[in-house]
Amino acid sequence: MPLYHNDDQAMLADSARQFMAEEGNIAKQLRHYRDGNCPDGFGHRLWEQFGEMGFTGILVGEEDGGLGMGHVEAGIVLEEIGRNLSPSPFLTSSVLAATALGHGSSDLRGRYLPGLIEGKSVFAVAIDEGAKHRPERIKMRAEKSGNGFKLSGQKDFVIHGASSDMIVVAARTSGSDDDEDGITLFAVPKDAANMSHDAVRLVDSSVATHTTFDGVELDGDAVIGEVDGGREVLNAMLKAGRVGAAAEGVGVASGAMDMTVEYLKQRKQFGKLIGEFQALQHRASHLYSEVEIARASVIKAQQLLDGDSEKADLMASVAKAKVSQTAGLAVREGVQMHGGIGMTDEYDIGLYMKRDRALSEFLGDAYYHAGRVAEMSGY
Amino acid sequence: MPDLDTFRQETRAWLEANCPAEMREPVRDEGDIYWGGRRATFKNDAQKAWFDACLAKGYTVPAWPKEYGGAGLAPEEAKVLRQEMSRINARPPLSSFGIWMLGPALLHFGTEEQKKHFLGEIARGEIRWCQGYSEPGSGSDLVSLQTFGEDKGDHWIVNGQKVWTSYADQADWIFCLVRTDKENKYQGITFMLFDMESEGCSTKPIKLISGTSPFCETFMDNVNVPKSYGEGLPAQVGEVNRGWDVAKYLLGHEREMISGADGGNTGTIGAAMKRHAGELDPVLRAELAMFDVDALAYGAMGEKFLDEIKVGKAHPAQPNMMKYAGTELNKRRHELMMSAGGSRSLEWESEETSGGKPSRNWLRTKANSIEGGTSEVMLNVISKRILDLPGS
Repeated sequence: MPLYHNDDQAMLADSARQFMAEEGNIAKQLRHYRDGNCPDGFGHRLWEQFGEMGFTGILVGEEDGGLGMGHVEAGIVLEEIGRNLSPSPFLTSSVLAATALGHGSSDLRGRYLPGLIEGKSVFAVAIDEGAKHRPERIKMRAEKSGNGFKLSGQKDFVIHGASSDMIVVAARTSGSDDDEDGITLFAVPKDAANMSHDAVRLVDSSVATHTTFDGVELDGDAVIGEVDGGREVLNAMLKAGRVGAAAEGVGVASGAMDMTVEYLKQRKQFGKLIGEFQALQHRASHLYSEVEIARASVIKAQQLLDGDSEKADLMASVAKAKVSQTAGLAVREGVQMHGGIGMTDEYDIGLYMKRDRALSEFLGDAYYHAGRVAEMSGY
Repeated sequence: MPDLDTFRQETRAWLEANCPAEMREPVRDEGDIYWGGRRATFKNDAQKAWFDACLAKGYTVPAWPKEYGGAGLAPEEAKVLRQEMSRINARPPLSSFGIWMLGPALLHFGTEEQKKHFLGEIARGEIRWCQGYSEPGSGSDLVSLQTFGEDKGDHWIVNGQKVWTSYADQADWIFCLVRTDKENKYQGITFMLFDMESEGCSTKPIKLISGTSPFCETFMDNVNVPKSYGEGLPAQVGEVNRGWDVAKYLLGHEREMISGADGGNTGTIGAAMKRHAGELDPVLRAELAMFDVDALAYGAMGEKFLDEIKVGKAHPAQPNMMKYAGTELNKRRHELMMSAGGSRSLEWESEETSGGKPSRNWLRTKANSIEGGTSEVMLNVISKRILDLPGS
């Protein structure tokens, strides 16, 4: 399959770009909900519009009422989310949770997917324990209790945790903390007793929670996939989420780059447009080159994932690492080249810097993923 | 759309039957590369057998039309052939600047007679070509070149000096940029073809920091270049005084070639370096991991670039980006390989290093971001043609 969008994908990209520029733009979404100190950190109306557009069910199978499309298509939506810095539950709900639910029973799918597809339900994922992404180690326990399980432990960096109708939780049902096996995934409803959220606003204005499970009792039908066999589902979810986050990151990087290149063509100093200075031209051109390469790594990872290739895991980490590095470069160069105005809250370039920071950290930063690339390559 | 699966099966079987085992081993020295030309000799029977088999099949230049010595493969088929050759590590049967550079220029700008005559010679490996572009005073600013061809009616008298002419001392003919109008900077250059054995034409190898001499200085002292080599065979490609168009077109090809987009130089090194070094310093391991991320991402970029070129989706200036990123990556690769190799990689002459290969290759890569347009020139071109920045 060639590494560019086919005609249908190009059409989707056009409509997503137009829709997001109109409805998902920074003034209408990010600034509006940030300045209003919205506790969710995102707008439910836009989420419903995502439902009307069909975006919410892009990765949900047609038998479950979704569009049954792939990660290239989901990535098209994510890139526009990134470019517009739109606060959206799309990545956690329609990519991560939807991938997990795809491994779930028909009962679970029937319980949660219709609300997602309509743009009514929001889902979160609770994976991290501690300040860094280390899904190889799952400490949180789920003990057998009656017909079901009892969850105890704490999860961190649960994006939209307090705003979600359901949280996909990775817990340990057997073995010790670092074991590959013995993980089980649970779909925990928002009204579960003994679950409490400590919600914190992050640098990019999104809201994440430290969520405590103090003996949360769940029926057996809350299990996604097999008991003790959750690692496979977790890995599938992580792969999809990382490739998705990388796609969003490409949007952040190109949004920041485009804004900066435009600024170079308008701002005058020393009687010249600053874009005439070779010192800035070369840095902008280097950035362009990195963004192109990052974009290529993402579409490669998306296609491998859609083709169910065994190389998808490696390329997912390559894409996440490469995009994190590149988007970081884009926002740092963006602020620097904007000069003083780049430091003001009024100007948007700084918002790109904040979003990149949070997005790069989510599901593993460049260092984590470069380490995975080394391990998977045998060194 | 040709049936690619069938083609792949056939190609695989043909390669199995025709590519000798010796030709599937990595290239160790210059003698392992067959360049063709009047003075060429085969290193061994396997090299000759492989060349002959490819020649008969049109596989010395697979994507060229059959009437010019190629196999007329569609781009998708040529890609399959490349993949299948690379799968068994088959060496190219014939390497030459005629294939990589003059050929594409002739296919685009040549007369029918020129194509039949010169492309055929190139495909059969009969003539080895070299490229006369840079001059001592015209490197990055190539268009300022001064080598002059004085119009003498039915011939030119060419005087001047070229530099960085790759393998000029082993070449038979040269394609050379010659100023034919001193008043007109861009439209005063002619893309001339002439025999290196012409009287007044001489070469002198330049020894590089790597100890090798892949480049020469080339001197033209009253060289007589006939304006025509026969019916439909002018000595220039394209029109007289319009050689800059041809040169620019060719630079695009050269940049693609150097960028390694055709499948070279995109590999990872971390695993090999660990095998080599036994144990990696943790910080070096981290650097290798970051490098491998970039190398794998660049590999995807190379694939995307080729896919887009095939359907005309790539930005026309994109080869400049590929060249910039690819050559900078390759320099970084060799820096890391030197570090991982430790003191062993410093050996300039030893059996263990096949004659100082690590250090010589490391030094050789420093030219990657200079030859064919420096990285800085590539960034200038990206600024102007892709980002549309002012005054560049």
